Amino acid sequence: MEYCEATMDRMERELPEPKFDLRQTLKDYGVSRRDFIKWSSVMTTALMLPKAFSPMVARAAENFSRLPVIWLHLAECTGCSEAFLRNSYPNVDDILLETISLEYHETVMAAAGYQAEENLHNAMDTFDGRYICVVEGAIPMGMDGKFLTLGPQGKTGYEVTKEVTKRAAATICIGSCSSFGNVQAASPNPTNAKGVGDALGISTVNIPGCPPNGVNFTGTVLYYLLFGALPPTDGLGRPIWAYGMKIHDNCERRAHYDAGEFVEEWGDEGAIKGWCLYKMGCKGPYTYSNCPKLRFNDRMSWPIMAGHGCMGCTEPDFWDAMAPLEKPIADKHIPGFGIESTVDRVGAIATGVAAIGLAAHAGATVWRKSGEEEPKKGKAKK
Amino acid sequence: MSRIIVDPITRIEGHLRIEAEVEGNTIKDAWSTITLWRGFETILKGRDPRDAGLITQRFCGVCTYSHYEASILACEDAFGVRPPKNARLIRNLIKASQYITDHIMHFYHLHGLDWVDIVSALSANPRKAVELAKSVCDNPYNCSETHYKSVQARITKFVESGRLGPFANAYWGNPSYKLSPEANLVITSHYLDALAVSKLGAQMMAVFGGKNPHPQTLVVGGVTSVMDMLDPQRLGEYKFRLNEMKKFVDTAYIPDVLIAGAAYADEGLKGVGRGVGNYLAYGGFPLDDGWTKTLLPKGVIQNLDIANPMELNEEKITEEVTHSWYKGDEALHPYNGKTEPEYTGFGEDGHIKGDEKYTWSKAPRYDGLPHEVGPLARFVVGFAQGDEKITELVNFTLKTTGLPATVLFSTLGRTAARALETKLVADYAENWLNELVDNIKSGDTRTWTRCKVPKNGKGRGLTAVPRGALGHWINIENKVISNYQAIVPSTWNVSPRDKSENRGPYEESLIGTKMANVNQPLEILRTIHSFDPCMACAVHIIDTKTKEIKKFKVA
Repeated sequence: MEYCEATMDRMERELPEPKFDLRQTLKDYGVSRRDFIKWSSVMTTALMLPKAFSPMVARAAENFSRLPVIWLHLAECTGCSEAFLRNSYPNVDDILLETISLEYHETVMAAAGYQAEENLHNAMDTFDGRYICVVEGAIPMGMDGKFLTLGPQGKTGYEVTKEVTKRAAATICIGSCSSFGNVQAASPNPTNAKGVGDALGISTVNIPGCPPNGVNFTGTVLYYLLFGALPPTDGLGRPIWAYGMKIHDNCERRAHYDAGEFVEEWGDEGAIKGWCLYKMGCKGPYTYSNCPKLRFNDRMSWPIMAGHGCMGCTEPDFWDAMAPLEKPIADKHIPGFGIESTVDRVGAIATGVAAIGLAAHAGATVWRKSGEEEPKKGKAKK
Repeated sequence: MSRIIVDPITRIEGHLRIEAEVEGNTIKDAWSTITLWRGFETILKGRDPRDAGLITQRFCGVCTYSHYEASILACEDAFGVRPPKNARLIRNLIKASQYITDHIMHFYHLHGLDWVDIVSALSANPRKAVELAKSVCDNPYNCSETHYKSVQARITKFVESGRLGPFANAYWGNPSYKLSPEANLVITSHYLDALAVSKLGAQMMAVFGGKNPHPQTLVVGGVTSVMDMLDPQRLGEYKFRLNEMKKFVDTAYIPDVLIAGAAYADEGLKGVGRGVGNYLAYGGFPLDDGWTKTLLPKGVIQNLDIANPMELNEEKITEEVTHSWYKGDEALHPYNGKTEPEYTGFGEDGHIKGDEKYTWSKAPRYDGLPHEVGPLARFVVGFAQGDEKITELVNFTLKTTGLPATVLFSTLGRTAARALETKLVADYAENWLNELVDNIKSGDTRTWTRCKVPKNGKGRGLTAVPRGALGHWINIENKVISNYQAIVPSTWNVSPRDKSENRGPYEESLIGTKMANVNQPLEILRTIHSFDPCMACAVHIIDTKTKEIKKFKVA
């Protein structure tokens, strides 16, 4: 608690003034003080923090718009930005995302060309060591990175990302592309695309999903504002609080799996009754994410609710490891899991991996002052 | 002559560079370059065709549903199957949400700042702004003096904080901005409203699609969201949001386009941003299960000749690569498409090599000629064919603004056509919802037609998506994909020169444009954005020689 307060004091000293007064903004959107307190308490639990942290979560939320963000687009489809811009109907998460201090974001910024590049450099200089770099998209490494060039000087995506992440306080990979490479890295990976951590050899916090839920991003930024560090992650860099659970275990159709009631073909009796989609290729048993809890688009729906199996988009290499997507993979070889792994065995192994990862990453601190040496403890920045 | 580079072109999906040669203030020549290549078709090879829809959807997260649909249609053509009526209607409903949301977001968030000077809105008189809004619409969206004042206060706070974030370093105050401070205020206020409205559109898609972006409900032969379809509450969730979106289209989007149209009429009349003058459209939104009638038209217009609409002949579609970073010099139909990268990079002066190869985009041609695709192309084709609904909308707009039909052939026309199309789709969507309810009531609950992956086969899915004519072509051998080609709307529009040195639509549309200040390429952005560029999906192409790619060295 004390550490958390000291971090926030320091952040408030060093970061620019908030761009928005959150309390006023909440009021403008018709969110009451009471709702905000309730939200803080829910978020505290979601982040796996003791209840006493609730007022601090509220304070961190008020600092949300102080944090300068440089958002890079690499080899990607902009779906994560879309998801981010349309997170959900006005509620607190949504307002936080809207008021985030985007210093550079190609999809929304007004400037273009040289002026856009100037904005990037201004932001890097003004907020040196204090900004968060958010990366959307994979880095094509093939052909010396020339599959992607950016800006008037035609720098490669690799060069630009290296430059920006080097001076960032932390790097957050939003989506499966920047986390693990995703679709462009699917076999045979013609551009040798890689996730950012892998390509640059740095530690990143990964928010995979195609696209991920906006709340997982908000929560990660909140955690950073609270502790000046990225949240504990599993061995794949995914925050435990969001990716520590299997879809299968929280699925609304789980009871039907246990009862042996399965959809056998699209649109059949089982589909109409909402039975388990495992036999239609659902990858929920192999996939770690809080989708069943959060759903998408203001909890409107999520793929399994719409009668389609999960395709495992928060997992590395899912396009290959989980293909074909409309068939179960119990009898298929999954890298690291051995042949003919049963659903539960796969689950058990994956959980083990997650726990080891947690131990390795816990406490990795990345907060650093402008010009300060790399933190000695932890392996967050290399 | 001086050469200017605009890279990145922001407020688009993907990575685009424009170089223009300027004499005095006038653009004499232009080149458009895509600077990202991802290699999708290589990745598709050898996979289960049923996975293609989910994979190709990742071409683009903006028009997220578009490729999903085209890919499933191509498979259905190859599998020899048609989805049942309910599935067709649900697809139309999902697609309607895509159209409405996409067009609104484009006009306000991606294109709006080319027309609207946000800083100028600060000096507007809120009372006069109310008068202006009411002059083009009886009951304008979120319109009151208090509201406009609060919008001004919000922006003022933003400007005074000194941290403009996404609005920093733009071209505010450029003389090419023509709107009055009041008009700027009205449209700026809708810019903010549209952020919330877009979310409703995304939710509409999620009702039957599971989520947005990247819905997950289409399968070859139908859709999976049968539970949602049978739940009256879900239908209501869709309908309420549709009504809210329709209200926004009628009382904000259309009036704002009329306001902008009046201010920029002069540019439209001069034909600024006209382009190649050839227009191509594939039909979209089937009105019957056999696709014999579609809401959006199919056809071709060449050389601005609207008196002679032509029928579409799919055989005439080709792609060539004379000026693209690929090997080869033949114009090939997509079933026979070939793509072997040959990257030659930029020149030593840092400019693209305009006389040689200069982009990752191929050059699609119809009948050997470049064609523009998109809402304007659809409206020109529909108008020429005498389509009732389209003609009515066009005539209404021309009458209201007092402008002649030729004004359509311009940057302004492209933007206006997009708005009218949004109204067309939004107004029609409820019919599909009603038709769906009637069909379910009649006892038909089928959402899928049984089908199997054929051992061998080929098929194509041609459809109309928000950005224009989209085609996917699939070849299947031994039950897996042996070849996959997509020619997407942006590839048509961003196309480089071809063997005959015909420029692509972006390039052609910039010629002759006068710039108020060559250091602020506002006019370039305005025209390029009017096409609604979306680059990541325009480049994805590659063929058989997969394994060789990694050997390619940078020139």
